[in-house]
Amino acid sequence: MSGRWLAGKTLAALLTLVFVIIFNFFLFRVMGDPTTQLARLPNASPEEIAKLRADYGIDKPLPSQFLDYAGDIVRLDLGISQRSREPVWEEIKDALPWTLLLVGTGTLLATLIGSWMGVIAATNRGKTTDDGLLSFSLFTYASPEYWIGIILILLFAVAIPILPAGQQVTPGIEFTSWFAEALDVAEHLILPATAMTLMLLGQYFLIMRSSMVDVLTEDFITVKRATGMRWDRVVRRHAVPNALLPLVTLSAIQFGTVVGGAITIETIFSWPGLGELSFNAINDKDFPVLQGTFLVFSAGVILANLIADILYFFLDPRVQSR
Amino acid sequence: MNDGSTRDLLLHSWRGRFGLSVLGLFLFIAAFGSLLAPDDPDASSTEVLAPPSTSHLLGTTEQGSDVLSQLLVGAQVSIVVGFAAALISAVLGSVVGLAGGYYGGWTDRILDALENWFLVIPTLPLMIVLARLLDPSLTVLIVVIGLTSWAGTGRIVRAQVLTLRERSFVERARALGASDTYIIRKHVLPNTLPLIFANTVLIIAVAILSEAALSFLGLGDPTRISWGTMLESAFSSGAPSAGAWWYVIPPGLCISLLVLAVTLIGFLFEEHINPRLREAT
Repeated sequence: MSGRWLAGKTLAALLTLVFVIIFNFFLFRVMGDPTTQLARLPNASPEEIAKLRADYGIDKPLPSQFLDYAGDIVRLDLGISQRSREPVWEEIKDALPWTLLLVGTGTLLATLIGSWMGVIAATNRGKTTDDGLLSFSLFTYASPEYWIGIILILLFAVAIPILPAGQQVTPGIEFTSWFAEALDVAEHLILPATAMTLMLLGQYFLIMRSSMVDVLTEDFITVKRATGMRWDRVVRRHAVPNALLPLVTLSAIQFGTVVGGAITIETIFSWPGLGELSFNAINDKDFPVLQGTFLVFSAGVILANLIADILYFFLDPRVQSR
Repeated sequence: MNDGSTRDLLLHSWRGRFGLSVLGLFLFIAAFGSLLAPDDPDASSTEVLAPPSTSHLLGTTEQGSDVLSQLLVGAQVSIVVGFAAALISAVLGSVVGLAGGYYGGWTDRILDALENWFLVIPTLPLMIVLARLLDPSLTVLIVVIGLTSWAGTGRIVRAQVLTLRERSFVERARALGASDTYIIRKHVLPNTLPLIFANTVLIIAVAILSEAALSFLGLGDPTRISWGTMLESAFSSGAPSAGAWWYVIPPGLCISLLVLAVTLIGFLFEEHINPRLREAT
């Protein structure tokens, strides 16, 4: 049974990806014919435009154009960046680790801090601590993450200049060891990762808080308390593990938001990841890059969702018996 | 929803009162912002990035324009885009959810797959791609945000319609020979509207944030000032590193307060419909 379930989920994920590719094809090849940009060149003669169309393969019928297109993608040929004249895939390959570092750190911290805050709030329900944490989370939840990022720059890079406001390493430094370099990167990571954490924190807090409130009213908690077990032990050993499950689902839903945050936060901090790459592509109307980053972002979110599904499958026995 | 209980709901908690008063204030500013503005928001001067003073209560921009005036005029874009995009999303989500849930079969399978696709695909990159291909304008922003944010509503409506379809009063109407349009109009829609309404209020908040993010990334309507475009100009002109807090903090704070107000109202409606949630807060 479980094998079929996993195969079904994987197939669904692959289909979703195929639809992204079809969508991309229609968007960029049919709606935005790549030669229309070039045809605006002042001195292009009709013969030159026809030659361009032949070079791009746009004179062929649509289905064979699509097959060419899909084949290129499978070979990771995402075209050439109009700005840098580099292959798009090379640019993406260089940017991806930086995005993963930022997104990974932010998500990890937000999960830990957010759920910890949620536990504190739920066990102090209705008290000032709870109200304070709730108001704080709701505010960060409602605030644009790039604005939080700018305020962090104002506070910690301008007013009290203790942290770098942008980029991933101090420019022009020769590092004596990999450790010194890692330390420098970590220092540059602090502000963008804090912005990312603050952006995601609220959701994790709200879910953990309501999940804990639910669990704390269940009978087995009352029973544990009646046995004379210490309250903090009941919370730690019995309530928290049972309240964690909704966080897995949430982290899957969050991936789309995370990607959005990566774009704006990387822009603010000139962090050389996929987000900054997209931002530059927006400004330069560099469609091959925009198309490539959209594809990679979508594939990442689809993969993350699949992983969350599989994780949930192993964590919740109720799914397995279905 | 327009009965006494809704009024009580909104007025009898600090969250409701806060949400309503902040939203009311911003609606007022959106309607009369250009009359309230002390200066022409587009007028440039030589007083570049000047800190707050008696002549410019919130200082000036990199062009020497009055920040307060831009802030008051900018409210309109957030409100208009937020409400209009949420309306498109509500209509799309309701139609898709109703059709899928009510008719079932292949209609449902195809619409459900479409919903799933839109739920999985990261929204901001999708909006960026669409907005970049079209030329930025207020209409493009509204349509792009509306087209990309309906799937959650569709999902909720579908689930509700699926349970309604099996309820005895719907089966009775069908047995008496009522047409599908009659059943949808008289039985299904009235029992789904509160849900659509609560969800749409929350979508307004998402749409306001989306407009701000797209404008911040340079995809806003270039002919109009919005809080997002203010943040864009502030950032690209180096206002943060110049320490021009008066230019950077107000637009973001307005976005946060408006989104917070709308979200709190949305949460209250959601709790009202689903009492299980009320116990949790």
